[in-house]
Amino acid sequence: MEKFTVHNGTGAPLRRSNVDTDQIIPAEYLKRITRSGFGDGLFSAWREDPEFVLNKEHHTEASILIAGPDFGTGSSREHAVWALQDYGFEVVISSRFADIFRGNAGKSGLLPALVEAEVVEKLWELVEDDPTAEIEIDLIELKIRAGDLEAEFVVDGHVRHRMLQGLDDIGISLGQAEEIDSFEKNRPVFKPTTV
Amino acid sequence: MGLTLAEKVWRDHLVSSGQNDDPDLLYIDLHLIHEVTSPQAFEGLRLAKRPVRRPDLTLATEDHNVPTQNIELPIADPISRAQVEALRENCAEFGVPLYSLGDEEQGIVHVVGPQLGLTQPGMTVVCGDSHTSTHGAFGALAFGIGTSEVEHVLATQTLSLKPFKTMAVTVDGELPAGVTAKDVILAVIAKIGTGGGQGHVIEYRGAAIESLSMEGRMTICNMSIEAGARAGMIAPDATTFDYIEGRPHAPAGEEWDEAVEYWRGLGTDQDAEFDTEIVLDGSALTPYVTWGTNPGQGLPLAASVPDPGQIVDDHEKVAAERALQYMDLQPGTALRDIDVDVVFVGSCTNGRIEDLREVAELLRGRTVADGLHMYVVPGSVRVGLQAEEEGLVEVFQRAGADWRNAGCSMCLAMNPDKLRPGQRAASTSNRNFEGRQGPGGRTHLVSPQVAAATAVSGKLASPADLA
Repeated sequence: MEKFTVHNGTGAPLRRSNVDTDQIIPAEYLKRITRSGFGDGLFSAWREDPEFVLNKEHHTEASILIAGPDFGTGSSREHAVWALQDYGFEVVISSRFADIFRGNAGKSGLLPALVEAEVVEKLWELVEDDPTAEIEIDLIELKIRAGDLEAEFVVDGHVRHRMLQGLDDIGISLGQAEEIDSFEKNRPVFKPTTV
Repeated sequence: MGLTLAEKVWRDHLVSSGQNDDPDLLYIDLHLIHEVTSPQAFEGLRLAKRPVRRPDLTLATEDHNVPTQNIELPIADPISRAQVEALRENCAEFGVPLYSLGDEEQGIVHVVGPQLGLTQPGMTVVCGDSHTSTHGAFGALAFGIGTSEVEHVLATQTLSLKPFKTMAVTVDGELPAGVTAKDVILAVIAKIGTGGGQGHVIEYRGAAIESLSMEGRMTICNMSIEAGARAGMIAPDATTFDYIEGRPHAPAGEEWDEAVEYWRGLGTDQDAEFDTEIVLDGSALTPYVTWGTNPGQGLPLAASVPDPGQIVDDHEKVAAERALQYMDLQPGTALRDIDVDVVFVGSCTNGRIEDLREVAELLRGRTVADGLHMYVVPGSVRVGLQAEEEGLVEVFQRAGADWRNAGCSMCLAMNPDKLRPGQRAASTSNRNFEGRQGPGGRTHLVSPQVAAATAVSGKLASPADLA
């Protein structure tokens, strides 16, 4: 995973709540066996509408998605994160994330920045007023800065640590191989196996 | 202070406790995999030259993509076929047991695990699928994970996680006739919303829950994720033990006695405290259906399509307006007046033998309404065989329903079973999202009984509406 410290970019306002992962990337796109190329399926049904925010010329370069509450509900598909990243997003801002989505995002290096609902409103107004407004996402200070706005955001402390360092979670856990071995030796014999 | 069921299972799987802000490392007893969320995980292992640590605690099945017709032929869609073939190659290379299309044990991953006796109380169960919460019906801590975590479990048989919060959902009283587990969970989600369970493990309790069969309990726990919860659980009891005993992977002899003794101790302690508590009166429930495009947008079948103008919360109001537009519904229309084109019976929510029995009972001597297409898709090959043995398949076919082979099918429309744009379905599955059952398709979530009654009448209906 690449290190993430401070990101500067423009924002796209997604004024919708309850954006489920079926909308982010429909099942039809999940048949691929690679991690790349999912950007073309991002919000594919909604992108058929020329008025959809990502079709607006001034938002095509956005790297920060500013979404309504309950973003990423439903299916556990990590493809939703890969699609957002492949399209060019590095940060999603929302006042409430679905748990699995937030976990997946942190694992893949897409920053899920949790803010108060009023911060989302202010950012929506800001980028609708000036789509080229630069937004700074500072993972070191946990601050969002844009124009006159400076707001705090929340991200899981462990996720922050890993993203700042660019660490691989599996490597960290394999560092505890001895603990895993010793746990395994003490498992009850009645636990089933699949073979 | 005592511990809840979820906290006890967590405690018993701690490989190490995280210090400061670090997560705990939790041992995983059972890892279920399928073709859609695993290929990138296996690829990650290959790149890092890591083996699967415990193939004997891992089980794969083909379910999301597989066709439900002509299964003896190669899969027609080349991309689906490539994904299923990738799973076969990965399982062979890494030594993971796999039930392929055509095998007697093949089926939806959350139907197969319990039916083999692999899902047992007090276990940790994960799968790259949000409906893994199903297995919580046995008092297991079972939750869906993303592909990065699938790779993590394959490599380490552990997950690094922070403890979940706990929520008690108590359903008191006796469920009236015609009210099923599906109606209970739709009512719960309508009450707490799609984000209501966020960060929590829900424990379902109370007389109405205790009275349910294991299959009913699985239906309830299955849809915990639709309330935003990580997992749903029900304390194991005699119903649980009776279901497990004698199944292929159940403990036997002395190990059985030892297991049951352990399982009996897992229930939430009297003095344990939940972070959140919700209470519902089960005796006041009626059949529930959804009218919108998220599972929280549900109402009793006797109600009418709501008026977004009456909704106070701004986000909910906008969501309702969008939903009605997508669903092509007018405020004030009685839900019972909504015409349906397709009925889908199946999925990991309601594709088990008891569901099929309920549907057959209502279809016996009746026929599917003219112009309506009814799919009946068993959750597993074994469920299908059982339905044949019991004569249910004959009932379905006589009524004019379309009996299929096992798989996820139209629940998520990754295989050829799809709604056409504009078609409206009453579906026993779990998600009514836009386009979920096919691009432009519209979904009303219902119980198997409501599905069967709707198939006969052509409009959303309950068994009581059938003459």
